[in-house]
Amino acid sequence: MIARLAAFLVLLAAAAAFPLFAGKYPVTLLQEILIWGVFAMSLDLLMGYAGMVSFGHSAFFGVGGYVAALALTAYPGTLSALALPPLAAGLAALVIGFFSIRVSGVYFIMLTLAFSQMFYAVAFQAAWLGAEDGIVGVPRASVVGINLAQPMSFHLYLVALVALGALFLWRVVRSPFGHVLQGIHENESRMQAVGYAVNRYKLLAFVIAGMLAGVAGALYTQLVGSITPDAFLWTTSGEALLMVIIGGTGTLGGAVLGAGAFILLQSLVSSYTERWMLILGLTFILLVLFAPGGIVGALRGRVGLRA
Amino acid sequence: MTAGGAPLLVAERLTRHFGALTAVNGVSLDIAPRERRAIIGPNGAGKTTLFNLITGSLAPSAGRILFDGKPITGLPPHVVARRGLSRSFQRTNLFPKLTVLENLRLAAAADGRGSYSLLGGIARLPGPLLRAREAAEAVGLTDRLQEQASRLSYGEQRQLEVGVALATSPKLLLLDEPTAGMSPEETLRMTRMLEGLPREVTLLIIEHDMDVVSSLADRVTVLHYGEVLSEGSFQEVKADPRVYEVYLGSG
Ligand SMILES: Nc1ncnc2c1ncn2[C@@H]1O[C@H](COP(=O)(O)OP(=O)(O)O)[C@@H](O)[C@H]1O
Ligand SMILES: [Mg+2]
Repeated sequence: MIARLAAFLVLLAAAAAFPLFAGKYPVTLLQEILIWGVFAMSLDLLMGYAGMVSFGHSAFFGVGGYVAALALTAYPGTLSALALPPLAAGLAALVIGFFSIRVSGVYFIMLTLAFSQMFYAVAFQAAWLGAEDGIVGVPRASVVGINLAQPMSFHLYLVALVALGALFLWRVVRSPFGHVLQGIHENESRMQAVGYAVNRYKLLAFVIAGMLAGVAGALYTQLVGSITPDAFLWTTSGEALLMVIIGGTGTLGGAVLGAGAFILLQSLVSSYTERWMLILGLTFILLVLFAPGGIVGALRGRVGLRA
Repeated sequence: MTAGGAPLLVAERLTRHFGALTAVNGVSLDIAPRERRAIIGPNGAGKTTLFNLITGSLAPSAGRILFDGKPITGLPPHVVARRGLSRSFQRTNLFPKLTVLENLRLAAAADGRGSYSLLGGIARLPGPLLRAREAAEAVGLTDRLQEQASRLSYGEQRQLEVGVALATSPKLLLLDEPTAGMSPEETLRMTRMLEGLPREVTLLIIEHDMDVVSSLADRVTVLHYGEVLSEGSFQEVKADPRVYEVYLGSG
């Protein structure tokens, strides 16, 4: 517990200080990894803890990204950067979740996928969202008195938000609520039989995960200064799903490791060959075959790391 | 009615069809507070289906159910459970990857208070932990609290099955063949355990073992082809020629 906290703080300090040692490209890569890490962790709350495999998580990443883009363009400031994107994403999750949690398994996967593709279709066609070009030229605002146009300020802001998100989820999965989610994952009907209003817990988990995905989307918009309909695309959900599985489901930390492995591999391989998806696919198959518990599972087996 | 005033559970002409099959056919029951009632009958008589109807797992085709004087017909299982009606299952139905303590604690925390807490620690809810330990004590699993449920022996899993139902602090406990598949020694231990439960917990128990029934039950209801064939004390039911016929007939 203490060792884990110490490790977390060391990693945090290293991430925060990274721009002092590294060039622009590695820093951008790290920032991407952190953003996708939050996104993948939020999905892991659903997949790994509550046992709800969603294939539509891109909806909330996209809503967060678009709301940040619209709001920051109109009113650059704290509210637009920090509050509106997760609120909007949470609202979207409330609506989508309300319908989706009534079904489970494959039907849940298909329903969440269908909802996210609806968002894609809307974003792709709506002129006020920039249609297929999306929204570009989003400014980096001054947030809680910090001017994010400054690259180092932005980096620290990003690292701090990611750390807060990770700590929040870390608490949640260990809270009474988190244990209820695990119970639902293990045996949903018995949870009902002992008196849990299972659907309410599932909906709350869905909304929390959606809000954090919205934070990730908003950070992404602020990182690249734009957002396109691709944020909503099923591949966005699929990549997050891969990251969670590669890292090890139900571990939170694995989601970040998975995001790191995925993005590093992508940037490494795609600089050599166009066929990076093929290489990624092969790597993924090998991982699933030989390390079914993901990176974290493999580490636990080798190093004897405890759960 | 037995002494003690209004019945705790009333079932009125409960019926459930599965297609052409009528699994439960016009069953009426009155269970008094503090009563220990056994339900017996051959396999396929509709005993488990009756439990499913009472606990809201299945909707009745006809009839109604009153608990504590209030209708509970058609309520979902979690609402029925919160009213104070808890069940164990014929087929062990646990949280296999969680520990014994966590199985019991989840059940004990199911009253909802605190279970929505996102940031608090588990230890900050002492009530459920205490009730979980009491339930562990009652079913004889105090030494096994940190063991994963899937690693328990079959007999211990059956004990935990009852413990999870008990940990919700029910007014009415419905046990579906708690001794199913147990060795004679395990059955005896389970019987002693059930006898040791506080009298405030009203008991409705489906049981095949006649020794268990005779030592535990105040009254016995015999189901046959979904209907109540006979009802009375163990001695009365045993002396009923129709019951004798059914049990001889089914071997
Ligand atoms: N969900 C169901 N669908 C169809 N038939 C069922 C279902 N549940 C029980 N039955 C049938 O109802 C009858 C009574 O079953 P059950 O209540 O399990 O009997 P018991 O518990 O007395 O052995 C059996 O013939 C069984 O096959
Ligand atoms: Mg049965």
